[in-house]
Amino acid sequence: MSEDAVLVEEKAELESSESTQQERTWQPIILGILCNWCSYAGADLAGTSRLQYPESIRIIRVPCSGRVDPAFVLKAFRKGFDGVMVLGCHPGDCHYAKGNYYARRRITLLQDLLKALGLPEERFHFEWVSASEGNRFAELVQEFTEKIRRLGPFKGVVTPEKKTL
Amino acid sequence: MRIGVFVCWCGSNIAKTVDVEKVVEAAREMPGVVYATDYKYMCSEPGQNIIQDAIKEHKLDRIVVASCSPRLHEPTFQRCVEAAGLNPYMVEMANIREQCSWVHDRTPEATQHAIDLVRMAVAKVAKNEPLTRSRLGITRKALVIGGGVAGIQAALDIADAGYPVVLVERTPSIGGHMAQYDKTFPTLDCAACILTPKMVDCASHPLIEIWSYSEVEEVNGFVGNFEVKVRRRAKSVDESKCTGCGLCLEKCPVKDIPSEFDEGTGTRRAIYRPFPQSVPNKPVIDRDHCRYFQTGKCGVCQKICPVGAIDYEQQDQVVTEKFGAIVVATGFDVWRDERAMAQFGYGKYPDVISSLQFERLMNASGPTDGKIVRPSDGKTPRSIAFISCVGSRDEEHGYPYCSKVCCMYNAKQALLAKDKLHDVQTYVFYMDIRANGKGYEEFVRRTIEEYGANYIRGRVSRVYPDGDQLVVKGADTLLGRPLEVRVDLVVLATAMKPHDDAKELARKLGISTDQYDWFSEAHPKLRPVEVLTDGIYLAGACQYPKDIPDTVAQASGAASKVVGLFSKEAILSEAMTAYVNEDTCVGCGLCVEVCPFGAIELVEVVDREKSTRDNQVMKKVARVNEGVCKGCGTCAAACRSGSARLRGFDTKQILAEIDALADAALAGRQ
Ligand code: FES
Repeated sequence: MSEDAVLVEEKAELESSESTQQERTWQPIILGILCNWCSYAGADLAGTSRLQYPESIRIIRVPCSGRVDPAFVLKAFRKGFDGVMVLGCHPGDCHYAKGNYYARRRITLLQDLLKALGLPEERFHFEWVSASEGNRFAELVQEFTEKIRRLGPFKGVVTPEKKTL
Repeated sequence: MRIGVFVCWCGSNIAKTVDVEKVVEAAREMPGVVYATDYKYMCSEPGQNIIQDAIKEHKLDRIVVASCSPRLHEPTFQRCVEAAGLNPYMVEMANIREQCSWVHDRTPEATQHAIDLVRMAVAKVAKNEPLTRSRLGITRKALVIGGGVAGIQAALDIADAGYPVVLVERTPSIGGHMAQYDKTFPTLDCAACILTPKMVDCASHPLIEIWSYSEVEEVNGFVGNFEVKVRRRAKSVDESKCTGCGLCLEKCPVKDIPSEFDEGTGTRRAIYRPFPQSVPNKPVIDRDHCRYFQTGKCGVCQKICPVGAIDYEQQDQVVTEKFGAIVVATGFDVWRDERAMAQFGYGKYPDVISSLQFERLMNASGPTDGKIVRPSDGKTPRSIAFISCVGSRDEEHGYPYCSKVCCMYNAKQALLAKDKLHDVQTYVFYMDIRANGKGYEEFVRRTIEEYGANYIRGRVSRVYPDGDQLVVKGADTLLGRPLEVRVDLVVLATAMKPHDDAKELARKLGISTDQYDWFSEAHPKLRPVEVLTDGIYLAGACQYPKDIPDTVAQASGAASKVVGLFSKEAILSEAMTAYVNEDTCVGCGLCVEVCPFGAIELVEVVDREKSTRDNQVMKKVARVNEGVCKGCGTCAAACRSGSARLRGFDTKQILAEIDALADAALAGRQ
């Protein structure tokens, strides 16, 4: 880092209030469910390209975004994850031709359901990331992590505990 | 349950950021883990030995390897544990390199992340079940898409090994771009002299069928068992009758269609073959230009044909064939964007031409019989400027990549121009000279030293006319001064680019492309010929710009992959396929609808719950054809009763990962 950059950063740090300081240091735990062929490969590419992003995301590999059962997402929120991301291939690029279209339909319904249940839909993110978009993946994690930091830790919803989701 | 965890340092790739020993310690505490250790390179032979020895010594029944991406080494470790007597699907990997150590730089956080990933893998592997793969038959016939030198070479190699091949080409003749070239660098062999014998070999090979004027419409199936629909466009010429005498070619009254083969430097008729040595050497009627098809009046070719081969009634035929493997060799296109090339006056001034057009002008069978003349006035140019990197290495107007062959053909064209027109002055504007092939650097030196080409390092900013000449304005960056050169002819080394419909073909094949639409190989270094879909291979410049030797080498590589596949007795099916629990299935058919592969059908079975000994009650349930299932899991996500399940990515495995992570990472939070 150049000297200027260091100075700018220090200044920004001094000026920032305590709460933003906290925001910066608090590390949310985000669950990422990624399809194997595009998004997981994209995340791998971010690694191979040595792009840095926050330590917040924990990735589960699934064969296709079409495999994502909305129950996985509900389960994650019930368990108290601060955010959940589901990433799949761009429309038309799904390794299994149509899986991501089904995913999109299910996820749209899921988003409505989250709203209806009083679950935090803003903590859920669904996106296309291709195998060549290492950059985009790193940026997405960065942006989503910052968003979740602003929202603060997920405290859960006040609903009677169900047996299973 | 006895789980073993093996944490890899990957040299310093992981160990530099992640505290590997801490990860091992944490792993020892995880449920079900009875053994954990670390090693510098787990994938190496000694590393694999460590795993195999531990399996025996500690009676491990499930393995977690924490190292690189499973997309890289999962098969390696599956083979490793299989050799030690475990089912290969009792391995899970924790990706602590690509998705941890390489993207983080703070050791405590990265170590925590790595521990979490290991924890998830341990939780998942605890739920793994041994899987098996079934044996499937192979259709030992190959489809080669694209009849350029890549497709030709691949077809010949496969056929020579004794397997039948269908070579599909969309233009009326095979030969591709190479047939358009005059001579080839660095040996100056004439392209036709080395290519046409191969084309003829293809045509006469008993195991090769050439389907020219045809295009692939639809691809279904999977390795060993593809089903491909090919549209064989109506040629309007009955090939079984046509003798190729060429009488029709002389008499067709529509004469002024720009010839695609000559890159518009010459013309062709409505009934035509692209070039005299075309294979097959029988003409086709271009219905969009044919007077008979456009106005209903003419019919000259039909009247004149001595054998009655002209057939205006012919229809496109859509043929469905089975193939075991597919070689994609669809090649490249050249950049033709006139708007983006406005600074060079391409498309505006007739004496600014592309390198491919210049090839046609130099070629003895081209429109000028090999005489280099200016398109504007037919005069012999006394000076020629060659401009490299037009559209290549130019993020702003074209493509950021290097087209790889332009430096070499610039040198070749400058040399040949001098050879043909002794008193011509040649100028080559270049950014860098990239001459990295056998004999390439020497060739460029020869062009400069023996053939007196003026090499000028610098970008050209503008080309504009002055009198009947063109002024090339640029800078000489070695001398650090602006420069203007007046020339009679300007030749642009336009970028190689993927075909406009490359993406569409990729979709039909179910393969992926990169950001420019070049087809993506399975691994950039170790699997450059394969794609991620088994049974489909790449050859030539459809993957990325290549010269002829690289193209031919890759084509032979693809062919040997096909031959290797065909020489197997059977193919093993996917292990991670879906299945249906028929006891709980209610036969709603939702999974049948969503399956992208049509692998699920409804069948009638005896309802075991409702049947009694004397009264059989039937019910409908879904059943998966495991040979067709590719394991996407869309059915499992759609099933309302939880009866459709996906092996390897079962709901209970995924939920176990979520649970394990939540219990550890979020513990004490709320
Ligand atoms: S494989 Fe990526 S969404 Fe289907």
